[in-house]
Amino acid sequence: MEYLLHILIYIGIYSILSVSLNLLVGYTGILSIAHAAFYGVGAYVAALMALKLHSPFILNLLLGIIAAGILGALIGIPSLRIKDDYFVIATFAFQVIVFSVLNNWVSFTSGPMGLPGIPQPDIFGLKISSHIEFLILVTLLAALVFWISNRVVKSPFGRVLKAIREDEVFAQSFGKNIFAFKLKVFMISAALAAIAGVMYATYISFIDPTSFTIMESIFIISIVIIGGAGNLWGSVIGAVVLVALPELLRFVGLPNAVAANIRQILYGSLLVIFMMWRPQGFIGEYFFKQESENQ
Amino acid sequence: MRENMADFLTVDSLNKSFDGIVALENFSCKIKKKGILGLIGPNGAGKSTFFNVLTGFITCDSGKTNFMGTEITGKSADKIARMGISRTFQDLRLIRQIRVLDNILLCFRDQPGEKLRNTFIKNSLVRKKEKENKKKAVALLEYAGIADKAGSLANDLSYGQQKLLSITCCLAADADLLLLDEPVSGLNPVMIEKILSIISELPEKGKSVILIEHNMEAIMQISDRIIFMDTGKKISEGTPQEVRSDPRIIEAYLD
Ligand SMILES: Nc1ncnc2c1ncn2[C@@H]1O[C@H](COP(=O)(O)OP(=O)(O)O)[C@@H](O)[C@H]1O
Ligand SMILES: [Mg+2]
Repeated sequence: MEYLLHILIYIGIYSILSVSLNLLVGYTGILSIAHAAFYGVGAYVAALMALKLHSPFILNLLLGIIAAGILGALIGIPSLRIKDDYFVIATFAFQVIVFSVLNNWVSFTSGPMGLPGIPQPDIFGLKISSHIEFLILVTLLAALVFWISNRVVKSPFGRVLKAIREDEVFAQSFGKNIFAFKLKVFMISAALAAIAGVMYATYISFIDPTSFTIMESIFIISIVIIGGAGNLWGSVIGAVVLVALPELLRFVGLPNAVAANIRQILYGSLLVIFMMWRPQGFIGEYFFKQESENQ
Repeated sequence: MRENMADFLTVDSLNKSFDGIVALENFSCKIKKKGILGLIGPNGAGKSTFFNVLTGFITCDSGKTNFMGTEITGKSADKIARMGISRTFQDLRLIRQIRVLDNILLCFRDQPGEKLRNTFIKNSLVRKKEKENKKKAVALLEYAGIADKAGSLANDLSYGQQKLLSITCCLAADADLLLLDEPVSGLNPVMIEKILSIISELPEKGKSVILIEHNMEAIMQISDRIIFMDTGKKISEGTPQEVRSDPRIIEAYLD
């Protein structure tokens, strides 16, 4: 039972990551390879605040969100003005830098040893400690992230994002400041990813830099693409599939070392298969079109 | 100064070359408010480049453009659009993977819902404005005669309907100046008639138009002034009657 709850908590955390990344990849059509870095920023800000200053969970959560949003602006401002390729490279660089800082600034982050003993959330006296409590909290936060993202994409702002994805020149010819839209959505996306980081840190109670590598970014991108870019529910479904599927491998009885390799092969093959035969993902952008039109 | 007040758009000796290929050479022109200026000339004459410079998509090497009393040279394309200049593209641009209605909705100016914070803190205002805009958008689509396609993806329209939609987008932007790059090329006579009638109704709505077109009959019919350009230069300018009898144009077009 605990095992099942554990998987569900992971699905919640990865849903937050994939839904927030979908804002960029699926709706705006720009690729960030730094999503794991923002995830890590959230995790480390919350962990360090809790461990060093014993500050309350809600404050740590807010600071994690703000820190990721500000870092998003710092990367976005110089890189989003130019071509999208530069943005991809800038996010790649940021991903590498964040990992090296976490790994090498030993006096502050404990480097590869990681940070153990991260306290569990205490929300105005309400302690979150059992699996079920964590599941409820992560589900609420995932629902909040989904709600915010949905609001963003369904608004006129979101319509401009789609226009930017399809044809920047057209959008610009109708007065849309492409850079401003991209920067805002990138900051939101980064800030929301930090929420997943805070949850991960307080749930596992131990973090080290290996959880926030470029492989993790690529994993989140895979969830978005396999689930269906441009559809928020697709990102949730993608998270369910990609988090649960490898767990099934365990029941096949593969030794752990082999299973880890098989996982990588599995993600890779799934990604290739989807790119070739179903580029729109499990559910494409217009899966719910009928309903939304009737509203 | 007085000149600037009288003229709605003043273009003063634009120059632009691409790696030695001269696309615009000392190109100047003026357009009055509510005028329709036809721009003709052979392929490669620099007509589209003129639109691209005017709308800020390409920076010129030298020259000035003044629009309604404001210098717009060097301003960004989105800023120029917000000042009230809309355009279509020769290679027909639209947002193909969203609905026809959404294309129109996208093009309205000053939408409160495009400010991210309003979507969260002033959602009722955003919804109200969106509702109003939807009504306006449907009315525009009805005017263009494609209201029945409102719910289709723009991509599913015929080529002619897509061209019509791109002009309807400019109407939604409610721009003071519309730049239309070959709006009727490649269309059937019925669609040509429809688009020409929409364009010829623009002046009475207070709009000014610059029109690039190869269809001589069409452009002579609806323009009040015509500029003939070649190799980036203005060769001649006048009323349709004057230009029609210009030997250089007869040579270029009626051989
Ligand atoms: N972006 C560009 N890069 C390089 N050359 C260009 C570009 N745009 C236009 N040109 C060149 O400038 C000249 C004028 O082109 P254009 O303005 O498209 O002519 P028109 O619209 O009158 O047919 C042509 O020789 C064309 O090849
Ligand atoms: Mg042209």
